[in-house]
Amino acid sequence: MPDQNSTNSVPASPAGAFVVREEVVIKFAGDSGDGMQLTGGQFTNTAALVGNDLATFPDFPAEIRAPVGTLAGVSGFQINFASRPVFTPGDSCDVLVAMNAAALKANLSGLVPGGELVLNSDGFDAKNLRLAGYASNPLEDGTLDGFTIHVMDVTKMTRETLQEYTLSNKEKDRSKNMFVLGFLYWMYDRPLQSTLDFLAAKFKKIPEIYEANAAVLRAGYHYGDTTETFATRYKVEPAKMPPGRYRSITGNEATGMGLVAASVRSGLPLFLGSYPITPASEILHYLAARKSFGIKTFQAEDEIAAICSAIGAAFGGSLGITTTSGPGMALKAEAMGLAVMLELPLVICNIQRAGPSTGLPTKTEQSDLLQAVYGRNGECPLVVMAAHSPSDAFETVYEACRIAVEHMTPVIFLSDGYIANGAEPWQFPLAEDLPAINPVFATASDADPERGFLPYRRDERLVRKWAVPGIAGLEHRIGGLEKENETGNISYDPMNHELMVKLREAKIERIADFIPELRIDQGPEQGELLLLGWGSTFGTCRAAVRDLKAAGYEVAHAHLRHIRPFPRNLESLMSRYKHVLVPEINSGQLVRILRDRFPRTFIPFNRIQGIPLRKSELMQAAVEVLSGVETIQQNGTQTSAGTPTGATH
Amino acid sequence: MADIETLTSKSLVTDQDIRWCPGCGDYSILKQVQTVLPGLGIPREKIVMISGIGCSSRFPYYMNTYGMHSIHGRAPAIVTGLKATRPELSIWLITGDGDGLSIGGNHFIHLLRRNVDCNMLLFNNQIYGLTKGQYSPTSEMGKVAKSTPMGSIDHPFNPGALALGADASFVARSMDRDPKHLQQMLLRAAGHVGTSFLEIYQNCNIFNDGAFEALTEKSSKGANTLFLEHGQPLVYGMNSELGIRLDGFTPRSFVLDQEGSLDDCWVHDEHDMVKAMILSRMFDEPGVPGSMPRPFGVLYAMERPVYEVMMEAQLAQAQAMHGITNSMEALNALIAGNEAWTIA
Repeated sequence: MPDQNSTNSVPASPAGAFVVREEVVIKFAGDSGDGMQLTGGQFTNTAALVGNDLATFPDFPAEIRAPVGTLAGVSGFQINFASRPVFTPGDSCDVLVAMNAAALKANLSGLVPGGELVLNSDGFDAKNLRLAGYASNPLEDGTLDGFTIHVMDVTKMTRETLQEYTLSNKEKDRSKNMFVLGFLYWMYDRPLQSTLDFLAAKFKKIPEIYEANAAVLRAGYHYGDTTETFATRYKVEPAKMPPGRYRSITGNEATGMGLVAASVRSGLPLFLGSYPITPASEILHYLAARKSFGIKTFQAEDEIAAICSAIGAAFGGSLGITTTSGPGMALKAEAMGLAVMLELPLVICNIQRAGPSTGLPTKTEQSDLLQAVYGRNGECPLVVMAAHSPSDAFETVYEACRIAVEHMTPVIFLSDGYIANGAEPWQFPLAEDLPAINPVFATASDADPERGFLPYRRDERLVRKWAVPGIAGLEHRIGGLEKENETGNISYDPMNHELMVKLREAKIERIADFIPELRIDQGPEQGELLLLGWGSTFGTCRAAVRDLKAAGYEVAHAHLRHIRPFPRNLESLMSRYKHVLVPEINSGQLVRILRDRFPRTFIPFNRIQGIPLRKSELMQAAVEVLSGVETIQQNGTQTSAGTPTGATH
Repeated sequence: MADIETLTSKSLVTDQDIRWCPGCGDYSILKQVQTVLPGLGIPREKIVMISGIGCSSRFPYYMNTYGMHSIHGRAPAIVTGLKATRPELSIWLITGDGDGLSIGGNHFIHLLRRNVDCNMLLFNNQIYGLTKGQYSPTSEMGKVAKSTPMGSIDHPFNPGALALGADASFVARSMDRDPKHLQQMLLRAAGHVGTSFLEIYQNCNIFNDGAFEALTEKSSKGANTLFLEHGQPLVYGMNSELGIRLDGFTPRSFVLDQEGSLDDCWVHDEHDMVKAMILSRMFDEPGVPGSMPRPFGVLYAMERPVYEVMMEAQLAQAQAMHGITNSMEALNALIAGNEAWTIA
């Protein structure tokens, strides 16, 4: 295949020489059938094994197979890998791989000026151009002037590589993504072995398909070598990371794994009741494949049955779990109220997505915090926690299980589509080092000689004991009707109702004594501006604060894992800063809860676009707050700042 | 152990005041359950009553066993989670026509198809009692109730046919007014391994009094009901003077000794799903001239694999494949995965 490199190319590097880059962002984009998620996932694993720090962002349509070649069908996977710490998948990409015209059109605006394009010419025929809505061919009409472009007929070269194989063209074409992956491995000097091992395991039972994919992967790599007249090769050295054992992990994997770990460490068998829903289903899949840990998974008939089955399992003494996303949370609300009344442990995992209603199922949003905190009938307090990154989902869901079991309460664990599908390297813990989880079961000796067993008798933490069926002498009835204090009998007594409402509230608030205080992640311990975030904005906040510091701005960042109850030092910590900026991917939910609780000013920063926050936007917002402060100080006033980022309280 | 408790009917009574209306059919059902349970030889602590919401669902509060009064319609899902994780428990699901067939209709059919081993008692009074008198999914067409002043235009469910349609492994029908038969059916339900669906006609003397009168009163019961016994011919009538034979797939009533003999009768086979479906479709309005009698007893009983047993079997298979892995070592292997690397 002759080199089709255009005149746009930068001068080629000398053979064997590499340009060293500290940080690179690549976006793989193609039709949803082109295997871009798999390609990106393989590039990720290899980058991790090479020792880069990284963050990824898969971005795919809700349709499994939208019409081939259309903008609606474009599936993307972005990876940021570097020799320095990485906190986000990147605001824009340095390299865009586009398997067809639609993929180029959908993603070109995200490519940095002068960035590199790897294009499959076969995806730019008349039909593809028409479907993508291009009036003329962008490869020829100057659209791509200023970019470095590598055009290759991937389909043709894949088929040529597989000439000797008996596979049909359709089957051969499925390996196209391996050609592109091989080429990028060459371009970034990556080893092929990890992907070869992956393919060998995946196609263990169909050796011919393995051979074909491996051959095309190698062909892509060698294509780089044999046509290197044009291309620059890059090196991204390993990142300096703390010594230890690492693996790459996605948020949903980490969530599933954290649940298994909680089951093993608590000695409680795990029962998951779940109904398939994007982007939470992978947790169901993960746990369904871990039966050897004694884990039972139940794909229920609906979201309500899913949570109710988990409540039934919790009543029986299992670690009851349910996993879902926003619409499912709405359906589970009544059952959460039951779990609050029953005071049984239950972990409800909400992998948030953009709403309302069906919303944007495959797009991320911090959509359901208000629902988690307030969204049930009656006075219905429970614990709300949020993971802040893919690997943090492990620790957070584990902690959610610990609190649920030790404090006999439902806990809502919040993740989101970005955390769920994103990957990062993780310095993983040893099972032995995980905190203990100690369930407190009632035994026959808990029955009061005179009054019998009192299921709602509480300890000093206001926690009742877990009394599971099967123990003689502890027979009792619980239910959704208001409970008489201690006995759990039905009670319509007005004073008892008020007492029980307050007890349930106090029980949750008291958990603040058993969780860590909030600490500053980066920046000064006191000063002008605190970024106070929760959930998946963590990486963006961290990167923004790092880069603000490099630019000479002093900004602090703290990130909440515990939202109900809040860490006990939250108010005093915030009081050390003049301004508190609250970035969220919603229209301002945490900020409302903060205003509800604390009599001070908060500055919201909100984006509601179904995508992670961009670092550049957040930095700009912070600078605007800081410059507002400067202006005021110059004017000699010390009153709170009005800011251009939005209304203050 | 000094005192292994002998379960008695009396010891199953709780200290809670019963809040059903005086004269409610629920009292009889409670009494029959309390009468039958001690005979099953199951220790009290292994018995769990799970209900939804409605008059019938107060049941667990009156049984001195483990119990949960849950939320409307969801008892089957709670039972599924409990039974899946605690297969050794004897679980009784108490529901009504509104709880089980309206708000919980979805869970009802899915419990039956999965065949979770439990006993589902559906108290059918063809009315909403706790919400004070609206028509239910089993109310007859034309039912005048608070929410249907001009009569219901909803076609009612036929619970037995619905259960069979969901491939229930056990379908039976009884009534509050026939304690002896109800006790027999409770015993049969308890003995069946799988989901036992027992529909119990229950009189709501406040909002739907006499709904089943034609089936339960001495003066008409014989003519309008058919009591099924496995292996026995289908015979009914005030003086057992009528038989039922099958004409193709159509049941026909005939006068014994005039239009045929006992040998011409359809002999009940509770293992025959097709015939059970025909029996379930004998659902004529009682007392109307020419109507077929309403069958009571076990319409269908055929054991098939039970959900929680199959679930346990898969776990055992997975554990045999991986060795026993519920340990720190296995957890560490899971956490590390196959592609971990070390940074020195």
